[in-house]
Amino acid sequence: MEMSDREIWTVIHGMGLGAIYLLAFGGALAGMWSFRPGFLTVAAIRERMRRLYVGFAAMCVTAWATVITGTYIVYPWYRVKLAGDAFEKCANLGLPSAECSPRDFLLSNASGETEMWHELGMEWKEHVAWLAPLLATSALLLVLVYGARLITRPRLRNAVLILLVASFAAAVIAGAFGAFINKVAPIQ
Amino acid sequence: MNTQSKSYESVDPAVDELGLAPVTDGPAAAMLLSAGIGSVVLGIMIILAELSPAANTWLGSFDPKLGVGPLAGKVLWSVVAYAVSLVALWGLWRNKDVNLKTISIVAYLLIGLGFLFTFPPFFVLFAA
Repeated sequence: MEMSDREIWTVIHGMGLGAIYLLAFGGALAGMWSFRPGFLTVAAIRERMRRLYVGFAAMCVTAWATVITGTYIVYPWYRVKLAGDAFEKCANLGLPSAECSPRDFLLSNASGETEMWHELGMEWKEHVAWLAPLLATSALLLVLVYGARLITRPRLRNAVLILLVASFAAAVIAGAFGAFINKVAPIQ
Repeated sequence: MNTQSKSYESVDPAVDELGLAPVTDGPAAAMLLSAGIGSVVLGIMIILAELSPAANTWLGSFDPKLGVGPLAGKVLWSVVAYAVSLVALWGLWRNKDVNLKTISIVAYLLIGLGFLFTFPPFFVLFAA
């Protein structure tokens, strides 16, 4: 049951914060979907607003926390160059080691055709992930500023939904590649 | 008194009962457009890093000595562009009803470009 500090941070970044983000997205999307004229009473709007504030705020905070921990804590362990220009220290390895970082390992193709996991997966993940908090922040601000007014302003309500789904799409791309890459070349 | 600003698009008795003060479209336009600006600036930074080794080195100079590399500069400038444009546009449009339809289409296009520019098969086309 032992885990290294690096493994714990990887779990916090991916499974902990990522799972909260997904839960918050589900709540926020469900809350917004029926936020339209004629669907809710005054009491229901008041109750729904509290849930929307919590859901969108949770989504926004976890999106920022996920990209910050990912970029500034986990990513440097992934990308450090240890194995030499020709990745000679990765030769014959089945997994990354103390002398062969996950990036080195994937680029070395030491255990099969793994290069594309870095060239496509990691390169896309590390960049696209940062769209998630930007879009989630604007979605949260729209909900905070307009609140129940969104019911009578479908264009704004649709804007919130578009930002929400786009933020989620960015997070899904990043999260899915993160999970696959950590399976092929785990940070240890 | 009509509490609905011209930007209200439909009515709901329950919302009217809440007696909310009207809010113009301006802040919403600022939030949408700044999201687009932040997204596309991230993409532009990625392409800059591909186009020019000097730009890549410059972006790497924003790494707080953690080993993040050029990604540090790319995300920093994206977040700065987002925050500055949000504050500036919000201030500019605070009490105005703007053309939300056009601004939202522009914002969605910029967000779409942001996604496209982060896609490796696209940005490697600009590799020096």
